[in-house]
Amino acid sequence: MGATVTSNSVEKTWNGGNEPFKASYGKLMMWFFIVSDALTFSGFLAAYGFSRFKFIETWPLADEVFTHFPFRHGVNMPMYYVALMTFILIFSSVTMVLAVDAGHQMKKSKVAFYMFLTIIGGLIFVGSQAWEWKNFIKGEYGAIETKGGSILQFVNSKGERIKLEDFADISIPKEREQLTRGKGKWFEEESSIPTYSVEQIQAGFKSHPDLLVRTEVIFSEETAKTTIGAHPTLNDKEFHTKHKTVLTREQSEKMMANAHLVVEGANLQRNEYGSKLFADFFFFITGFHGFHVFSGVIINIIIFLNVLLGTYEKRKSYEMIEKVGLYWHFVDLVWVFVFTFFYLV
Amino acid sequence: MAHVHESNTGRIWKVFWFLSAVTIVEVVLGIFKPESLHMTNVLGTNLLNWIFIILTLVKAYGIVWAFMHMEGETPALRRAVVWTVIFLVIYLVFILLTEGSYVFGVFKNSTIKWNF
Repeated sequence: MGATVTSNSVEKTWNGGNEPFKASYGKLMMWFFIVSDALTFSGFLAAYGFSRFKFIETWPLADEVFTHFPFRHGVNMPMYYVALMTFILIFSSVTMVLAVDAGHQMKKSKVAFYMFLTIIGGLIFVGSQAWEWKNFIKGEYGAIETKGGSILQFVNSKGERIKLEDFADISIPKEREQLTRGKGKWFEEESSIPTYSVEQIQAGFKSHPDLLVRTEVIFSEETAKTTIGAHPTLNDKEFHTKHKTVLTREQSEKMMANAHLVVEGANLQRNEYGSKLFADFFFFITGFHGFHVFSGVIINIIIFLNVLLGTYEKRKSYEMIEKVGLYWHFVDLVWVFVFTFFYLV
Repeated sequence: MAHVHESNTGRIWKVFWFLSAVTIVEVVLGIFKPESLHMTNVLGTNLLNWIFIILTLVKAYGIVWAFMHMEGETPALRRAVVWTVIFLVIYLVFILLTEGSYVFGVFKNSTIKWNF
């Protein structure tokens, strides 16, 4: 309210019988919900920032984790697919605004067309996110978890990443086999055990003398001072880029003696990319966001059907498109922040 | 309801191209990570990260202002929504990032190793 507030105009605005914010009840309630949901997501992202800052030197590098692109098997393409997903969501936001705009002009077929495009965009986004999850869960190279809980990855003498399957010694018999309902006496079942056992990996490591271990620690000026056994040539001593520390063969063998588990892919407890919290937060936050996109798509479908049925023509107002559009833009807004803090920063 | 009924499609597409351009800049910087930006630290993180954060806020402004049509709403509603989120989030993020850095220091420099 302006500087010339008299009690009369305050009463007129706030004593009932009108719209103080000049917006309808429905729209105001949608804004209310959006503020509360925005604060929820902010809480999640702030918690992610907290955890990441706690483990800032050992957090995985996004370019090394998100490297897949559809129909390009084995090609390292960091960032491209998630950039495409961002464009798809922005584009669906645009078609949503165009639907709202057509609604203002009461053009039913135009509204229907743009709503349809928005729904398609939303479905493509959810599908893409599911595909990213699949690749993330499956993993690519595999890793060893030490007794202290750190992740060790493997590189060859040129510094290239090596997969567990390339050197695991499968002649050594695995002691554990998968327990299923048919085998357990008390109808037990367990989560799947890794493809290789720790003994197989340790033996394979011994018999491939050119293999080296890569730790979780990012090689920087501070960490270089205190790291024991850093490889003299494979680490960037001029600190031009951020990369993980590669150890000498001797130090690698010492670390391998501490091997405790084989980690392949990712679940909520541990992951082959680094800190245990990394996958946990990734699933939680992108999962929450994906759920919002999915529910947004469902709501959009319902509204789309109502447009086709002529509900809003009868009502003489397409304000429902606006309200649903607010929710859809909110979903896009959250993605913009998630994209920045998970993939870029 | 204070809403104009003429078509705004021209402006909508302009905002789309603007958001796309900002995203392309972010993605290109994210792929190439120029050393001068990536390895210079200012106020807790490197310059490249600051650019990403600022560009993200610019995109958020574009989406809220133009797509969510905040520009057409009364100032009271604008402030009730935007100021609430901005001040609460800045406060919360400041606290958590400060505490996170502190805990990192404890893990690194002292003898506590369990996750407290």
